[in-house]
Amino acid sequence: MSESENKLGWRSIPIAGILLEPGSSLKYKTGDWRAFRPVIDVEKCVNCLLCWIYCPDGAIIRLENHVAVNYDYCKGCGICKTECPAGAIKMVEEER
Amino acid sequence: MKQVMGKIIGLTGDEAIAYAVKQCNVDVVAAYPITPQTIIVEAFSEYVHNGEVDTEFICVESEHSAMSACIGASLTGARVFTATASQGLALMHEMLYIASGLRCPIVMGVVNRALSAPINIHGDHSDMMGSRDCGWIQIYAENAQEAYDWVIQAFKIAEDHDVLLPVTVCIDAFILSHSMEGVEVREDEEVSKFLPVRKPSFKLDPDKPITVGALCLTDYYFEVKRQQVDAMERAPSVIKRVTKEYNALADRSYGLIETYNMEDADVAIMCLGSTAGTAKAVARKLRDEGKKVGVIKPWVYRPFPTEDVLEAVKDLKVLAVLDRACSFGAPYGALCSDVLSILYTEGSDLLVFNGVYGLGGRDITPFDVEAVFNEALEAAETGVVKERFKFIGVRE
Repeated sequence: MSESENKLGWRSIPIAGILLEPGSSLKYKTGDWRAFRPVIDVEKCVNCLLCWIYCPDGAIIRLENHVAVNYDYCKGCGICKTECPAGAIKMVEEER
Repeated sequence: MKQVMGKIIGLTGDEAIAYAVKQCNVDVVAAYPITPQTIIVEAFSEYVHNGEVDTEFICVESEHSAMSACIGASLTGARVFTATASQGLALMHEMLYIASGLRCPIVMGVVNRALSAPINIHGDHSDMMGSRDCGWIQIYAENAQEAYDWVIQAFKIAEDHDVLLPVTVCIDAFILSHSMEGVEVREDEEVSKFLPVRKPSFKLDPDKPITVGALCLTDYYFEVKRQQVDAMERAPSVIKRVTKEYNALADRSYGLIETYNMEDADVAIMCLGSTAGTAKAVARKLRDEGKKVGVIKPWVYRPFPTEDVLEAVKDLKVLAVLDRACSFGAPYGALCSDVLSILYTEGSDLLVFNGVYGLGGRDITPFDVEAVFNEALEAAETGVVKERFKFIGVRE
């Protein structure tokens, strides 16, 4: 029943599943798909940005001297950990 | 005596559809040109080559791509047509659901042909019945004239904002697609007036971006499908409005179904497409012999014309439903199953039997049809149907 709460009915939504406003994917926080979270050791990070290039979701945030993860959208695929040449990323099991 | 008389020209069923499309100011046609494709797009490509139309003709690498290109074009607000048959329709299957789900008012000519295996491109309804539930409005023409008339009406029905569903106009392979007959055509200006430029309710526009085809999971998918059901439920009244307007223009009598000699009929045959022509000829002969027989031909198969069918059969004793496709493992053919379900809901005690005929282009002759009428007349007399489900014309 939870899916019906606070959702519009078929008479009230645009036809064909179209979305009338652009950029709506930002509202879709895919971070809760994650089973493992990448954790960055900022001491080891050399800021080479390979993780930033490889991340398929654009979930790596560039900071001045190192990177961080946008956990709202990171799905936990672990590509960043595999690509990191400095061994600065480890995958930690999510506990919910 | 007809009051309105257009120009009569010799056209095959394929050419009649192409000629109608030429007059419908279609923006995009995307099609795959190899068998089982028919002359429809070949004839239309000649109009493009000769500069008789300004349509963008996209020659694609498969039927799947053809429908994909049609969907993309339709979403920009264009008027779009394609044609296919048999395996081509089967290959489109995935995209058929996307066209209807995205509410693209595409019109498609379908030349009804058998599906492999064994390989066969002759006439039966296996292809369209295989995609029966794809969310398209499905119209069956009895002859080339009806094919021509329905294509013009199909665009107007599809593009109506109360409907916004794709439409197939179906013709039986070879019997209609490759047979020439005199077709009364309208003047280009008449068609343009009847069918103005499409006004899309939404479209892909770089200046006003929207998202089409986005992920839609357990939270909203069901609602979007429910909207499609609503569109199907709205379609009959739109079809009746459009046919009324066209009937006035061309002096015709289109609607959801055609009834022939049904006023005082005891028994009737119901069938789709060209077989209705044979059935009418036989019914005429039997009427001369004093037998009260009639024919019911649904022009529109989806949405199913429930009310019109119930009205047509209300005084009947026996109805024989002929299906030109096999629903393997189902109790009856697709058309008969629909008829039985509405009769049951209505509490009707009409006697019904089902004949599956003509698979792979096997001819159904006037003798076959007469035998069905006689069986129905016998059942009307005895009150007993000998066989509820039978095959007509297969060797034991």
